[in-house]
Amino acid sequence: MSLLEEVKPRTREFIKRHFRHLDFADDEDIFALGFVNSLFALQLVMFVEKSFQFTVDDEDLRMENFQSINAVAELVKRKTA
Amino acid sequence: MSGHVARARLRSETTPTREAFREFVSREISPHADLFDREERIPDEVIQKIADAGYLGAVIPAESGGLGLDMVSLGVLHEEMGRGCSSARSLLTVQTMVAFAILKYGSRGQRIAWLPALAAGRAIAGFALTEPSAGSDVSAMQMTAAKRDQRFVLNGCKQWITFGQIANVFLVFAKCDGKSTAFLVERDRPGLSIEPISGMLGTRASLLARLTFVECEIPRENLISGVGFGMAAVGAAALDLGRYSVACGCTGIAQACLDASMQHADSRVQFGAALRMHQLVSSLLSQIAVNVKAARLLCRHAGELKDAGDPSTVGETLVAKYFASTIATKAAADAVQIHGALGCSSESSVQRYFRDAKVMEIIEGSSQMQMLMIAEEAYASNGAAA
Repeated sequence: MSLLEEVKPRTREFIKRHFRHLDFADDEDIFALGFVNSLFALQLVMFVEKSFQFTVDDEDLRMENFQSINAVAELVKRKTA
Repeated sequence: MSGHVARARLRSETTPTREAFREFVSREISPHADLFDREERIPDEVIQKIADAGYLGAVIPAESGGLGLDMVSLGVLHEEMGRGCSSARSLLTVQTMVAFAILKYGSRGQRIAWLPALAAGRAIAGFALTEPSAGSDVSAMQMTAAKRDQRFVLNGCKQWITFGQIANVFLVFAKCDGKSTAFLVERDRPGLSIEPISGMLGTRASLLARLTFVECEIPRENLISGVGFGMAAVGAAALDLGRYSVACGCTGIAQACLDASMQHADSRVQFGAALRMHQLVSSLLSQIAVNVKAARLLCRHAGELKDAGDPSTVGETLVAKYFASTIATKAAADAVQIHGALGCSSESSVQRYFRDAKVMEIIEGSSQMQMLMIAEEAYASNGAAA
């Protein structure tokens, strides 16, 4: 499995570890569900950086890059291209 | 050679050692810390010595004038500074939090403008989040930032701002269109007034201040990172580092309590024997000694995870901060007990440790807030969160 193919399942696994009972689609806004706090936001950014080996800089640090599994996949695709 | 061992070896070969930090603190800080406490200030020349040693820019890369320490070494520095003076450690904490936020999420212009100055001590930083009505509940923040052409206009009040009396630049949090936002605000901006706060229980030399912003205009370039999510991540990252610093500082307080108590228990004779020979006293000493070692290991673990970029460091830092601040308070109370009347007097530093330690259970998230978050993280680490 390529890195890009791993992004969605690994991101889903990470989010589900924190919000086990949350059901959501790949394109669903997890922040709109109301469970996410600032600590999780930080952990999600760190997870993406460590798992997919790039640095999230200030211009990447926007909700639209992290609000869904699809958004994270798009960010990884763009940053690792 | 494992990655862990390799990193440890590399660290030991390239970074200042605990002995170097300890020697500096023992020479420049510890002998004067009680005076700092009484006078409620750290003299400018001492702050400059801290800057000259590179400690104000500990996390700032060498190319920007800092030491570029890894997180484990940073923790050792903050532990040693905490052993000498919690107010001086607080200076390192806020400087590190703001420098890290600029380094990690600031614009290129902000990094160029501020990192060398922060590293050299030409600029002191303040972290302005807490408000009179918004402590643990940051969502209650009332300070506003209104967009006006290419500027933002700040209105509101910030309270208990560490080193606010002398800070040259503040990382200020406000709500812009209802979303959390952060700005760098220079001290001399018209509309910002600074009022000293004195008479605190502990960390009395931390030069606390209350900041009032009335139609305080700042340029758009002072916005740091984005709004909403970006700000949440920036604030959380800075606070995570702040908690790590405080946890390490608390380990230092507890170590100082142990050092002072051992010395006193060795020299003080009652009932024909040194206090250390009395088993109830040695019991207190052993508890402090065990707790110091445990706190140090928790801090080191959190630091290693930070160096590895592992998100679980956030939870482990909560654990370290909660544990270290709790045992520091207990160690200080026991140290006062061992010292007896001397421990209650200004002739002994342990009464300062006692007052400073209590503050540590409140700042960077109270123990109760830590416990709530630790429980959530425990569920998450077991894959069983909400």
